[in-house]
Amino acid sequence: MRRQIPILITTIAGLVFAISYFIPHDPFGESESIFGDWITIVQAFAVWLGALNLLKISFEKISSKSADWPYAAIIVVSLMGTLAVGFYDGYSGMAQDPQISFRDPGTNFDWLYRFIYTPLSATMFSMLAFFVASASYRAFRARNVQATLLLIAGFFVMGGRVPLFDMMISPITDFPVFSWFADWIMTYPNTAGQRAIMIGIALGIMSSSLRIILGIERSHIGGGSG
Amino acid sequence: MEMISIWIAAILTLGIFSFLYKDNPLYKACEALFVGVSAAYWAIVFYFDNIYKKFYEGAVTADEPDYFLWIGAILGLLFLTRLIPKIGWVSRWPMALIVGATAGLWMVGYFVSNAMNQIGSTISGIIVYDTATGFVAWGETFGSLVILVGVLSGLVYFFFSKEHKGVFGATAKVGTWFLMVTFGASFGYTVMSRMSLLIGRVDFLLGDWLGILR
Repeated sequence: MRRQIPILITTIAGLVFAISYFIPHDPFGESESIFGDWITIVQAFAVWLGALNLLKISFEKISSKSADWPYAAIIVVSLMGTLAVGFYDGYSGMAQDPQISFRDPGTNFDWLYRFIYTPLSATMFSMLAFFVASASYRAFRARNVQATLLLIAGFFVMGGRVPLFDMMISPITDFPVFSWFADWIMTYPNTAGQRAIMIGIALGIMSSSLRIILGIERSHIGGGSG
Repeated sequence: MEMISIWIAAILTLGIFSFLYKDNPLYKACEALFVGVSAAYWAIVFYFDNIYKKFYEGAVTADEPDYFLWIGAILGLLFLTRLIPKIGWVSRWPMALIVGATAGLWMVGYFVSNAMNQIGSTISGIIVYDTATGFVAWGETFGSLVILVGVLSGLVYFFFSKEHKGVFGATAKVGTWFLMVTFGASFGYTVMSRMSLLIGRVDFLLGDWLGILR
């Protein structure tokens, strides 16, 4: 029961969604809609599982006074605080008018998003600019043909996205060489490489999906393959 | 209030940037805050969008309740048993639903969009005509040929069932050139998107916070 039922659920769900692509009529069309609704709800619980698990781990760190436990306390306080604000704004807003959303401008939740979440996430991702710059310094060395092509493509795509490079060569030619070449690389050779990768991924996904639906691949239910 | 909010956002921004000097308590505190706030943020968004709007309003308060939605809610609740080790195995059922449905959806969907459509776009319309003059547009036609050669050679490179030797090996080598151009272009594109985020943060610090940039 611990293994057979999950395999059965996987197979039925997989077949329903695969067949409904070819037969979009009832019962498959209707089944796809029902399964889709279930997945929408289950996804929300999966997100909640992640949040609750984070809370559990943080509480364990605090209770055992392990290293860096004060940061675990910050996680607990910020998580509980944001949840409290979200629930308050959500329910009090709907009590006034069902059309009011907790995300509307002016709500406390919107304030958290604008002044806490956005600065933190944007800064966190912007820091990657420094790390990729140092990584490119090490990686961009024209050792062979492949590395030289990587260097040239990266250089022109970066240089073509800022006006400075076209301005620098403007005394020689009015033609915007950098931006034109960046566009050409993105439109043709880059598209070719992306397509080859996409086709490879699609074939890989197809074979993996088939293995999952047929119950050969069972790692998602705690078992190996085969 | 607006000024206090901007100061809070600025301190958090500088707290994250402080990692560029070295790992420090302010950065760790900001990181912990980010983890807590973002986990709760998405939990609230998914609660109201998926559980409240979809399940509660569809199966509980609706004039004609959709009782099928209860199965989704029960499966969702079973997911939470993962937090209780003794009955954690029950969480495999909703996991099986998600994995199975995704496999079914992607098996056909990805094959159509990422394989068939891409092959179609590659081999159709290789000779491009200028719509205004009706003559062959040599630049675009050359570009289409570049794409055709790049896709074919790239696929040959990914074919590992045959040893990369002779004509096959040479074609695979051309494939690696195209792939390296793709990686270089993707790298450059990613760098520029991160740069635009960095410019946004610097603009916030110098403009909204310090008022130097107007």
